This record gives sequence, C-alpha cells and structure tokens, in this order.
Amino acid sequence: MKNYFAPATILLALIAVAATLRPTRNTTAYDTTGFSRLPVLVNGRVKPLDTVARTSLLMLQGRQRVTTPDRRSIAPAEWLLDVMFVPAVADEYQHFEIVHPDVLALMNLTAADGAGGKRFSFHQLTKGLAELDRQAKLAYDTESAVRTPFQRATIQLRDGVILYQRLQNTLNAASSADFLDQLARFDKTLATGLAATKAHGGTNPGASPEARLLLELSASFGTLDSVAYFRAVPPPNGADTHAWQTAGTAWSASLNSGKIAPAALAYANLGRAWQLHQPEAFNKTVADFRASLESTMAGALRRCDVEGRFNSAQPFYTSTLLYVAAFLLAVASWLKWPGELGRAAFWLVGIAFLLETTGIGARMWLESRPPVTNLYSSALFVGWGAVALCLVLEYVYKNAIGSVAAGLIGFATLVIAHHLALGGDTMEMMRAVLDSNFWLATHVVTVTVGYSATFLAGFLALIYVLRGTLTRSLSQPTADALAKMIYGIVCFATLFSFVGTVLGGIWADQSWGRFWGWDPKENGALLIVIWNAVILHARWGGLIKQRGLAVLSIFGNIVTAWSWFGVNMLGVGLHSYGFMDAAFWWLVLFVASQLAVIAIAALPTEKWRSFRATAA
Amino acid sequence: MKDLLTSLRDFFVSLKLTVALLVFGMILVFAGTLDQVNLGIWATQEKYFRSFIVYTRVGDFAVPVFPGGYLIGGLLLINLVAAHVYRFTFTWRKSGIQLAHAGLILLLIGELLSGLWQKDFAMRLTESESKNYAEAFRENELAIIDATDDKFDEVVAIPEPLLAKKSPIQHPKLPFRVVPKTYYPNSVLSARKADSPVAAEATAGFGERILAAPQPMTYKTDERNLPTAFVELAAPDKSLGTYLVSLHLVMPQEFEYGGRKWKLILRTARIYQPFSLTLLKFNHDRYAGTDIPKNFSSRLKLQTPDGRDDREVLIYMNNPLRYAGLTFYQSGYEGERTTILQVVHNPSWLVPYVACTLMTLGLAIQFGIHLLGFAGRRAPQAATATA
Repeated sequence: MKNYFAPATILLALIAVAATLRPTRNTTAYDTTGFSRLPVLVNGRVKPLDTVARTSLLMLQGRQRVTTPDRRSIAPAEWLLDVMFVPAVADEYQHFEIVHPDVLALMNLTAADGAGGKRFSFHQLTKGLAELDRQAKLAYDTESAVRTPFQRATIQLRDGVILYQRLQNTLNAASSADFLDQLARFDKTLATGLAATKAHGGTNPGASPEARLLLELSASFGTLDSVAYFRAVPPPNGADTHAWQTAGTAWSASLNSGKIAPAALAYANLGRAWQLHQPEAFNKTVADFRASLESTMAGALRRCDVEGRFNSAQPFYTSTLLYVAAFLLAVASWLKWPGELGRAAFWLVGIAFLLETTGIGARMWLESRPPVTNLYSSALFVGWGAVALCLVLEYVYKNAIGSVAAGLIGFATLVIAHHLALGGDTMEMMRAVLDSNFWLATHVVTVTVGYSATFLAGFLALIYVLRGTLTRSLSQPTADALAKMIYGIVCFATLFSFVGTVLGGIWADQSWGRFWGWDPKENGALLIVIWNAVILHARWGGLIKQRGLAVLSIFGNIVTAWSWFGVNMLGVGLHSYGFMDAAFWWLVLFVASQLAVIAIAALPTEKWRSFRATAA
Repeated sequence: MKDLLTSLRDFFVSLKLTVALLVFGMILVFAGTLDQVNLGIWATQEKYFRSFIVYTRVGDFAVPVFPGGYLIGGLLLINLVAAHVYRFTFTWRKSGIQLAHAGLILLLIGELLSGLWQKDFAMRLTESESKNYAEAFRENELAIIDATDDKFDEVVAIPEPLLAKKSPIQHPKLPFRVVPKTYYPNSVLSARKADSPVAAEATAGFGERILAAPQPMTYKTDERNLPTAFVELAAPDKSLGTYLVSLHLVMPQEFEYGGRKWKLILRTARIYQPFSLTLLKFNHDRYAGTDIPKNFSSRLKLQTPDGRDDREVLIYMNNPLRYAGLTFYQSGYEGERTTILQVVHNPSWLVPYVACTLMTLGLAIQFGIHLLGFAGRRAPQAATATA
C-alpha cells in the first residue's frame, strides 16, 4: 500500500487536471459556448463574451457562479444572455454583493433578504437607487484616499448597478419590450420610412407610421451608443481595433446608408431567439455569424476560443487546490513515510507548477506581453518563481522542505491573485509609459523574481523557526541544510533584486530623464536590495548564525510585502498605477504575524523543542 | 595615539559599521518614502536624501533627528574604500565581490554628482511654435531686458535667491542698480481701487493698481509657488521707481531710461540652447474605445543657427532625444496640440550605467563561484550516498 501511494496520488491529480482541460460542452439545447466565444471590444482589447460575462460577475459579486431564483446553476454566458435580452428574468438574479451593514440599511435590506446573506437582485435594489445615487455622488466628492469604507462600498455598489444597466443596454433597449422585434423588421421599416421621409421632403418626418418609428428608434440607437459597455460590431476588414462600433452606432449609421450591419442584425436575432426560446434559430445565427467573421478576423476568433477554454479550465484554481494538497502531504511526510509522502508532494507541486506555467503562458500569448503587466500578474509570477526555486531545492535536498514552502507560497500567491482579480479584466491594456515589452520583460520580470526569492528565503526561515520551536523534528543536519538553503536563496534574491532595480533605474533614465528619483516604488525595491545586503554582510561578518539568519530572512518578508503592496497604498509617485485600498488590513495582519514568529525565534535556542531534544 | 589610530581604522573597515549603515539607510529610505505623502517628492529629496542631517521642526526650532543621505552615503563610501584598501588582495575567489563593491563606490559617487549637477527643465510647445530655451520647474528669475534693438534682446537675469536676500544688485550691463525691497516666495494679488486706504508699495508700472499678500509655500508636485517681489530701480541720479514684479503677471512692464527701451519681468528661469526646436505635430494615441493613453509623441524640427543641423526628430515615450548635452523626454501634454517635454542636463548620466554593469558582473561572478562550489561539494556527497 505504501509503495503505491505516490503513483496513485499522481495519477489522481493528473486525472483531475485532465478533467478541467476537456472542451466545454453545452449544457442546454442552445449553443451558449459558441456564443460565449464571439469577439467584442472592451477597454481597448478584443475579447470573447465569455470574459465579459465572467469579469462582470466578479465585479458584481466576487465570484463567477450564478444561481437562479429556482436554484439552478447557470453558465456565465447564459447569465449574460439573460441580462442583455431578458431583463425581467435577470432583474431577479441575486448577483449584487452587499456586505457593508450601513449600505444594506441604506437600501432598506437585511442580510436575511439576500442569497447567502449578501447577494441581492436588481429588483431588490430598485427602491433605493435614487438614494444610492445621492450617496455615491457625495462619496465621489471625497478624495479617493480618504473615503470611508461606507463611501467605498456605496461607490462600488453604484458602479455595479451602472455596469449592469450598461450591459442591459448594449445590444437591446431594456426599457422597450418590442425593441428586438422592431430590429428584426428593420429592413422593411427602413425602406418605407426613408421613402416616406423623402416624399415629404423632410418637412414633416412624422407623417407615416414607419417614419415615426424610425425617429423613435433613432433616439434609442443614440442611447445604446452612449451607454454601451462593449463594442459588438467588428470592423469590415478585421484588423483595425479603432474601427469597432457599438451596436447603437451601427444601427444609427444604417439610417443614413440604408444598409444594415450584419453583426448588429445577428445580435438582434440572437436576442430574439433567446427571448422566444428558439434554440435552432439561436444556434444557426451563432454558426452563421461566426462563419462570416472567419474571413476577416480568423486570428481574433482563435484567440477568443483559447481564452474561452482558458476561462472555463480555471488552471489557477486547480493549481491552488494542488498546492494545498502538496503542502499537507509534505508536512505529513515529516511525521510519517518521509520517502513516499515526500515524493507524492514533490510531484503534486510539479503538476501544479506545470499547470500554472501553462496558465501564465496562455495569458502571455493572449496579451502578446511578458508575464508581468500588472499587480495581478505579479502575484501569479511571484508564486511561480518561488515554486520553481522550491522544485530545484527539493530535487537537490529531498527533505520535503521545498515542497512545504512551494505549497504555502503557491497557495498564498494564487489566493492574493484571486482577490486582485475582483477589480475586473486582468488582461488590461498598458498605459503609455509601460507600453514597452522590452522593459516589461527585463526589469519587471527580474524584480519580480527578486520578490519571489526574498519571500522564499523568508518562508524557509519560517519553517526553520516554527519547526525548531514547536516540534522536535528539526534535527541538526536538517537545520544545517535549511540554513544553507536560506543562505543560497538570499544570495539569489540579492542578485535578482539588485539587477532588477538597476534595470528599473535604466528604464527610468530612458523615459523620465533620471536614473533614480526616490519614488516610492523605487525606494521599495531599494529596501529589498539593502535588506538582502544586510543579511549577507551580517553573516559574513559573523554577526549572525543560523537563528539570526532565519530572523533577518523573516523580516525580509515584511520588507518585500511592503514594497510590493505597501507603497501602492501611499498613492504618491509616478509608479502608483497599481493603487488599491482594501488590502491594507491584510498587510498589517501579515506584518504582525511575521513579527510574532520573530518574537518566537527570540526564545533562547536551548528552549526550542528540537534543540532541547538533542541536548537531552 | 597609535591605539587610537588602530581603533579608528578598525572602526572604519569593520563589517559591523557596514551593517549598521545599511540599516540606517533603510530607515532613512523608509521614512523618506512615507513622508512623501506630506511633503511631496521634491521636498522629501532635499530633506532626507540630499542633506547631512534630517531635521524636524519642534515649534520654531529645527531639531536634528537622524543622519541624512549625504552622511550615511558618505560614511558608507569611506567604509567601503577603507575596507578595500585595507583588505585588498587579489584572488579569483574574491574578484566578484571586489568588482561589485567597486561598482557600488562608483554608484554612490554618481548619485552624488547627479545630485549636484543634474538640472531639470520643461519645454512647452504648441504645434508650429518654435523655442530655443527651456524653463525651470521651480526656479524663477527677474529678467531685465534691453529691447532697444528690435532684432535681438539683451537679457540680464537675476536669480530668485538674490531677490530673497534683499541686497542691492549692480550689474555691469545695467545703468541702474536693482534694489529688492519686499519678497514673498508665494503670493496672491488683488486689484487695488484708486480710493483704497492701503498705500501701494509700488510707485511705477502695473503695481500701483495691485495689492500683494504673502501665501504659505506649497510642496505639492502639481502646484507651484508664485512669488511676488517689489524692486526699486535706482539710477545714479534718481530713482526710477519701485516696481511690483510677480509670476502672476505674464506681461513685461516697459520703461525708458538713458535713451534705451527696457522691459522688466519676473518669470520662470530659462536655459537657452544653441539650437531651436519647432513642434511639427503632437500625437496622443488612445486604445480603441477608451481614454487609456497608448502613446504620446512629438515630431519636431531641430535647427541650429549655423545651419549644420536641420532635421526632423521624433520624441515619444521611452524614446528621448539626446542632443548637445541635453536630453528631451516626452513628459506630458495640454489639449491635443501642445506637448510638454522634460529637458534634463546631467553630465554624469553615464556613471550609473557603468557602475551597475560592474556590480551586476561582480554579483554574477560571486554567486556563480558559490553555486559551482556548492555543486562541486554535493557531487562527491551524492556519490558516497549512493555507494
């Protein structure tokens, strides 16, 4: 049984991974998968509707799963279809997350009214919308850095409501029940209406019913264009992203040209088929529309397919689970079956790492960018780099320490990444200064590897202290090996954080005219370099031994966490594009936990359980 | 005496001093980062990094609280150099460390030099406009211009600190003395009615109709101080009157003296270049359907008076123009047709590049040797383990 444990675990993990990677199948008679892969333009990037649906859900309620009032679970794409085309149904979906008690009170709601105690439907919010608007305006007048949690929560909810209403009015006029019907008959209305208008010489445009209808529709098109959340009508020749149009613009244009944009009509037909429950018509429209795009934008379609697969496979979620499993197995291996459990843990880390690599690779291909472009991807990459180093350590030492550290860091960074993803699409366009693949690939990647290594040294030191003080399992050879690992990783961290910081200086010299400007982000990177240098010099000078090395390395966690997140919270400086405010307390908590471990480490070594044991 | 010298030497070459200075440096950098929230980046640089001692104000007193950047950096430099001179013996094993530290010495010197030498200016150009000067971000000057010849101006520029000192200024090119009387580093102006009970301090020019009041200085990066001064122009035979000069006033004040036409204006300090730049086209690209800026670029015509250079240049993000010891960066814009270029004069700009190359090389050699040694030691161990 013991001998089969590792192979069985690995096989199980591989099967689980393979299950997530299989192609998505439609769960209903509708080809919602095909629909979800259709390309649209949002925030300057061409992306599939699937991404639009998922990121909208994340922004509204912090998760991608939607449950209907009759407790069915539906795919994000189905949710999007209901939001866009069947407002009466979507208004009942409980997808607005409200947790702040004062905001609940503001909206006249209690936690008991919501799904899971915190999710509410648009219908439940309607009565309070006017007041929400007023409160949000008050909050907007306050500078973002000094807003209270209540003000932030009102703004977030109002942004959510606006997003929801924009989605509803992107392809369809949500307030008009027969809008899509009118669009389906639009070619006839257009011909007769224009003829009638022309016959009257434009003097009395409301003379015929068709002309009147055209006038009404024209107003609706204007609204659609101004509030649209995404641009649905692709350019006729494909490549130029600036030529994408909103459905509203495309319909308006037809009033002048007399020609209807096929994409606009296709979406109107899709909406009608979805409203009237006609799967055949829906599927045929999806297929025809895709086929028509094939000639002009085959490349975009491929990308959208891959992105859709990537979204539904959720490789980072699977990796998170694998890291947890690996961590538990590796810790267990210190107590029992070191060889078998250790091997299983090592392989699980390996599989999770490969999966994470694939995920990061897919993102890089989709964006045509180096791996780190924003805070979210830096979290992914910090974890990835640390895990890579852990695999090397584990391969060399085979004492499960690398696997424990890998499991812990891999898990923690992916959880951080998950929370950073709640702000919306994580594949954003790069602002002008950052729009340089060369510097992103060199400076940003190197500095991030420096973060990874400094964290890894810190986590190894945590293992050293906690295992030494709380358990008897830290034997002298293990302690020596751990200290050697920490030292080696600190050297590695020094090299990378130094080179990364220097490359940053060169980039700054190229784009702002100064090598060093004492900007908060630069200072953050400098602190990491200096701290690593302090550790090395203190060791070379004989000021510290194993325990001191561990303590200083744990403090390195604080320095790195501050440089990574703390400086963004200051909200000053040229670099503060990654501003975020909610994570402040987590940072405080993390710093406190590290200080607590440092305090534990300050116990005299003869009191450490492991060393007491060996002394006895 | 000998003991004292020895202990002094031991102090300066010790690794303990290195570690202590590095920790001091970290605290300084940390404090200097946090304080940017209050002081803004420029004032923080002066207070923490380009100073020997950091002072804090308690009431009216400046109390020294911490060593400043120059002191820590200077001691670190001494420590580094001393340790190297004292311990230097060349071995391959130590070559990496030595190279890295040599680089660090150069880096510290380079930072000192750019602190002393680097000057920043801004150049604002609207399409088809031409300029042969750039303007300082924070420094101002009182320009007294002899505009008698309409083909060229002869300018005497008096830097703002001299106005602040309030001592009379006699310049060989001026037939009168300039006597600063009042100086407000930041100010507001208001109109003075003819029947105002408050007497005007100025006796000539626009100033007779204007009242000036001092304002607290601002340190924010997006605001600037607007100084006002009252200066009397005193000719040998008579006073030419007291003028109000202010950054609030954009038009120069004119007067005649000794048969020559003069103009007087307080303006942002200028650096004149031996060439001119003309903005041909400014582009501000955004990502489709958004306001996210994708790129800014300025197409300019560069011309020298002697006609040797007459060509078009393109400046955009991450792609500056280096010419005649100056570097021009795309830094901002106003509206759709006006570009703002940052102009930097830093003769020591290459030093950090050299320093960093040395350090990177040094660290790579050092850790490479470590790694090889580690692998070399493990290989026999692994062999015995399997045997």
